[in-house]
Amino acid sequence: MSLLTNINKAFDHRIRLGIMSILMVNEYADFNTLKELLDVTDGNLASHLKALEKEAFINIEKQFIGRKPNTRYSVTKNGSTAFKDHINALERIINKQK
Amino acid sequence: MKSKDYLQDINEIKHLMNKSSRFMSLSGLSGILAGIYALIGAYLGYTVIYRDNIISNDGYRTLVLDGKDIINVVIIAFVVVTLSIITGIYLSWRKAKKQNESFWNSASKRLLINFLIPLATGGFFVLFLIEKDIYAFVAPLTLVFYGLALVNASKYTLGYIRYFGITMILIGLASVWFLGYGLFFWALGFGICHIIYGALMHFKYDRK
Repeated sequence: MSLLTNINKAFDHRIRLGIMSILMVNEYADFNTLKELLDVTDGNLASHLKALEKEAFINIEKQFIGRKPNTRYSVTKNGSTAFKDHINALERIINKQK
Repeated sequence: MKSKDYLQDINEIKHLMNKSSRFMSLSGLSGILAGIYALIGAYLGYTVIYRDNIISNDGYRTLVLDGKDIINVVIIAFVVVTLSIITGIYLSWRKAKKQNESFWNSASKRLLINFLIPLATGGFFVLFLIEKDIYAFVAPLTLVFYGLALVNASKYTLGYIRYFGITMILIGLASVWFLGYGLFFWALGFGICHIIYGALMHFKYDRK
């Protein structure tokens, strides 16, 4: 079905969609911020982040703040384009079915 | 997935985009209270400034301020500002708690920094003017810089604040034009406008 061509499988999950939404409007977000906003467990969030990283939709930056390790995430150009296509596809489907 | 799920997806995306980039718990009620403090402050300031001043034959009000008066006015202004800040922080904190959101997060930090840059600039500007005994532009400049701070902050909180900021800038500019009525415009901006916009925000956002 042509309508579904731009629906991205990688975003077909609430948490992955949530991660992308947050990163689209923020320059970057660290692990704890994401965790708090999405209200998920560490393991759950980590696995979805890994999935998005594998698609090269997000960048991972590891650094130290003082002596504490801090991992922050940002969206890649690829990810941004894919996400916008996905949103447009969602909107087309919703409008079609109205 | 059905279309209903997709619609829910879109709503969730919107919600997360707002929540992660904007501080949505700003209290409208604190705006109303800040306006009331400002009006009381303006009234007290009026009694100090115009206590001994008589309207001259030309119809002008001559303003004679001695050092004690200036200290009194500064104390009134300081109390008004401090009370407003405490009220704003407390009520927003309470609102955030009620909405189950965190109060001190990256969104509120960004809001604070972007609000404070124009505000602190204006604050120092005005203090330096007072130090040089130039009082005429104090009221207009506080209004204009506060307005600019609000416009700048509006990107990181309820979008409404933008119109509030623009209103304050216009009142500030009007008060440069009608120089000498600073206290009146000050009461209009910090008092009346705060109450009006605070009430609008309260009814639009708080009572959900």
